[in-house]
Amino acid sequence: MAGQQRVYRQRIRSTQSLKKIFRAMELIAASRIGKARDRVSAASPYARAITRAVSAVASHTDIDHPLTTERPDAKRVAVLMVTSDRGMAGAYSASVIREGERLIEQLTSEGKEVVLYVAGRRAVSYFTFRHREITGQWTGSSDSPSVETAEEIAQTLLQAFLADPADGGVGELHVVYTEFVNMVTQTPRVIRMLPLEVVEGVADDTHEALPLYDFEPSPEVVLDALLPRYISSRIYAVLLQAAASELAARQRAMHTATENAEDLIRTYTRLANQARQAEITQEISEIVSGADALASAS
Amino acid sequence: MAHLEVELVATDRKVWSGAASMVSAPAADGDIGILPGHAPLLAVLRPGVVRIHPREGSERTVRVGSGFLSVDTDRVTVVVDQVEDSGTVDVSAAARR
Repeated sequence: MAGQQRVYRQRIRSTQSLKKIFRAMELIAASRIGKARDRVSAASPYARAITRAVSAVASHTDIDHPLTTERPDAKRVAVLMVTSDRGMAGAYSASVIREGERLIEQLTSEGKEVVLYVAGRRAVSYFTFRHREITGQWTGSSDSPSVETAEEIAQTLLQAFLADPADGGVGELHVVYTEFVNMVTQTPRVIRMLPLEVVEGVADDTHEALPLYDFEPSPEVVLDALLPRYISSRIYAVLLQAAASELAARQRAMHTATENAEDLIRTYTRLANQARQAEITQEISEIVSGADALASAS
Repeated sequence: MAHLEVELVATDRKVWSGAASMVSAPAADGDIGILPGHAPLLAVLRPGVVRIHPREGSERTVRVGSGFLSVDTDRVTVVVDQVEDSGTVDVSAAARR
């Protein structure tokens, strides 16, 4: 019986130390999420300015640029999945991967060949475990992506898109990421990033007419400079959204884990108390029956 | 007096914003200066130095990577890849405005 008690005490102790870890991770995620959201809002002036400029060029000239041209000749399509580096974030990575798998299935059924690009160690290990080929991967900074990483991803993907189909060029680029709606809602989303669909006046909510711009040196050169930047700004925005979502998901998952640990500790404390009480009762009844036996013998 | 509303933004943050009387920037084929009343313009920038003459305070010079600049009814937006040196840019003062 004493053994039973000891087992319960051990479980309580280990659950308590787990609870401390969960609590710490919850607090870390909570403190980082503010920073992540600040970064999302700090990047928005740039994104707004660039979107406005792109739609200005679009409304001014007929856009004829490789990045906006459909490429039906290319059978290969690129899929970029943005997941987290570490787990402990509930279903965060799993739902991105699920959404990505659905997209891959759909693209394959359309007769296209999917080229995988992944960001985040979780997706990398998912695909390597299943012996699926990963063409490009970026890991190590999923919860605080840098501009450089976004730039690198954008460069790689643009190169793949602009390359000839014969030597590995892709005809489309889809991105699977998690959109940060608010602290409790993060939804996995699939967007087609390339070829670009430039919608005129998309930048302006106010619907004010865009002025007739002069282009320096020429509309083509301006567009050439703008569009790659637009792509990397979009990718950076996607990474930032994903980072904020990851932290929010982790905070929530760790909060639940902490509560579960508390529940477990409570249950085990009850069981340990019961075991102790049972032990005492048994000892008493043993003593009483021993005394009874002595009394009846004399 | 007419003035320019200037915004200088880098990829990950807003570097400076406020009212200015003149902005000069390194456009792809030669430096350009923007004064109030400039025609709408979209220009590609090469790496170089952007000079902003604010309405108050001394001139600010910022070394920038490549980017572009747009002018639209006295609103100037300078969008750059990176700001290499923000030595003379007082970011906190810009935030107070």
